[in-house]
Amino acid sequence: MTFKYQSQAVAMPYFIAAIGLFVAQILFGLIIGLQYVWGDFLFPEIPFNVARMVHTNALIVWLLMGFMGAAYYLVPEESETELHMPWLATLMFWVFLVAAALTVAGYLLVPYATLAEITGNDLLPTMGREFLEQPTITKLGIVVVALAFLFNIGMTILKGRKTVVSLVLLMGLVGLAVFFLFSFFNPTNLVHDKFWWWWTVHLWVEGVWELILGAILAFVLIKVTGVDREIIEKWLYLIIAMTLITGIIGTGHHYYWIGTPEYWQWWGSVFSALEPIPFFMMTVFAFNMVNKRRRNHPNKAATLWALGTAVMAFLGAGVWGFLHTLAPVNYYTHGSQITAAHGHMAFYGAYVMINLAIISYAVPILRGREANSEKAQVVEMWAFWLMTVSIVFITLFLTGAGILQVYLQRFSDNPLSFMVVQDKIELFYWLRFVAGVGFLIGLVVYIWSFFIPGEKTAAEMPAMEAQGSERGAVEAAAG
Amino acid sequence: MAQAFTKEMSRNIFYGGTAFFFLLFLALTFDTHLALPERDNRAALDPATERGQLIAQGKQLWEENDCIGCHTLLGEGAYFAPELGNVYTRYGNSKEAIMGFIKGRPKDGIPGRRSMPQFNLSDEELAAIAEFLQYVSEIDTANWPPNIQG
Repeated sequence: MTFKYQSQAVAMPYFIAAIGLFVAQILFGLIIGLQYVWGDFLFPEIPFNVARMVHTNALIVWLLMGFMGAAYYLVPEESETELHMPWLATLMFWVFLVAAALTVAGYLLVPYATLAEITGNDLLPTMGREFLEQPTITKLGIVVVALAFLFNIGMTILKGRKTVVSLVLLMGLVGLAVFFLFSFFNPTNLVHDKFWWWWTVHLWVEGVWELILGAILAFVLIKVTGVDREIIEKWLYLIIAMTLITGIIGTGHHYYWIGTPEYWQWWGSVFSALEPIPFFMMTVFAFNMVNKRRRNHPNKAATLWALGTAVMAFLGAGVWGFLHTLAPVNYYTHGSQITAAHGHMAFYGAYVMINLAIISYAVPILRGREANSEKAQVVEMWAFWLMTVSIVFITLFLTGAGILQVYLQRFSDNPLSFMVVQDKIELFYWLRFVAGVGFLIGLVVYIWSFFIPGEKTAAEMPAMEAQGSERGAVEAAAG
Repeated sequence: MAQAFTKEMSRNIFYGGTAFFFLLFLALTFDTHLALPERDNRAALDPATERGQLIAQGKQLWEENDCIGCHTLLGEGAYFAPELGNVYTRYGNSKEAIMGFIKGRPKDGIPGRRSMPQFNLSDEELAAIAEFLQYVSEIDTANWPPNIQG
């Protein structure tokens, strides 16, 4: 065993389930991608809205699973102590997994209205709002799992060494739980409903989740570069400072056209225009740390994922977000394929890749080796490029579709109706689907990389041992 | 410079900046809620009226059939089917036209094309959804969408 604290092993099932749900997410993504061009594909058995729910909800749940796995892995190591209650972490894993499985089964097996009825949505109606489609009872389950998880992580941090990485991670996770509570608030007044819905959705992905992202990225960089913790933690504070300074008021870019006062067009435009800054800092930070590395960690794939996260988060969240965030532009692009383009690259770049980075770093160690064999890493890096290039093309094709859609439906002198425009831009949807197939191939290659023997070959062995002792020396020096 | 700018300084920027901008956000939130009565068409929602009850029922039906899973409403939702924030005006200010459309969807879809599912709603439920969509169309959205096509 190469991991320091035995309880870190509870992370493993979280990572495995995360990847399993990732596969489900992509398969259902392909279904809805196909339904865009083949309108009655699987109709009426799996209508678009049901497949889309599985696509987005599986994404959210697997990212949360990954965050939890990351926390269970890195908090004992940062705190230099065993997890407070490893059994609780394992129990909560099963609760979470069963709840997720039952919810997805509910989506697929009965009409959504029936699901609402049998889960008692009448008592506390929270269903049927984008991304928060889960039955109320599932939402309550998520709260229970989150509380048990926070208790476990919080107690571990409390009894052990307190580092900036674990503190920032904990702040992000507490914020995640707190802002989820707004998902239970669903007034009849649609403007109120939408206003507070964003307190969960925006303050998650453009707020507290970025703290989690920053903390995990900092942890991986400390490990793979051996750079002094003081320097990395200083960067981390600055990055998350800019994230929240820009991102909190940046919520205003959702308050342009939903009935809220027009001054939000100014607040939202100015602050969300600054939201790329923390992502740009993250890119500079990641490359700087890798350039200043004090050791050559044998896990090249994990380093690649870490660098990829920074670059793709900047492109997807930063650049593609800026593209349509100014109110006069958003007036035309709001709720179009431009939004979808941004959503795909931002989620992949920021949150999918950071999860794959920590999985890439931690799983070999949990499997008893510092890094996988060269061959397994090469395959994993192929998966990195296949998935990343595919998401770039998905984003570009959706952007093309979006520009045409906005022009034909909203900008030209003779605006055409929605469905007429959809027919005209079909080519871009086909190309997007092809890129989606490319992504699936990348994902298959990724999973295959786990089954390639990861042990070092005899030829690689001496090099690894030398690096192992170098690691000890560097860590001793870094204190 | 590395010495001049310490970790403690960046930590203070984080805590100070976050606290300041969160408080500013709370203030703006408060002000928004003072301004909303003029904009959000809440008069229609009065639960003492038949219309208010119908709209509430319509919103719940909207949610319990996951309409947002294909449509956008004021630009938020899925992009598979038309925007419905202004469907009431697009359909010539006619609730009957909306009800007729939903009611007339073929059970098995349309070969090769996107089609809305047949939800088998009662006339009362259809009326509730149409009432809800009329209420939404009367919210002051700063002139969004740019034109009638949504």
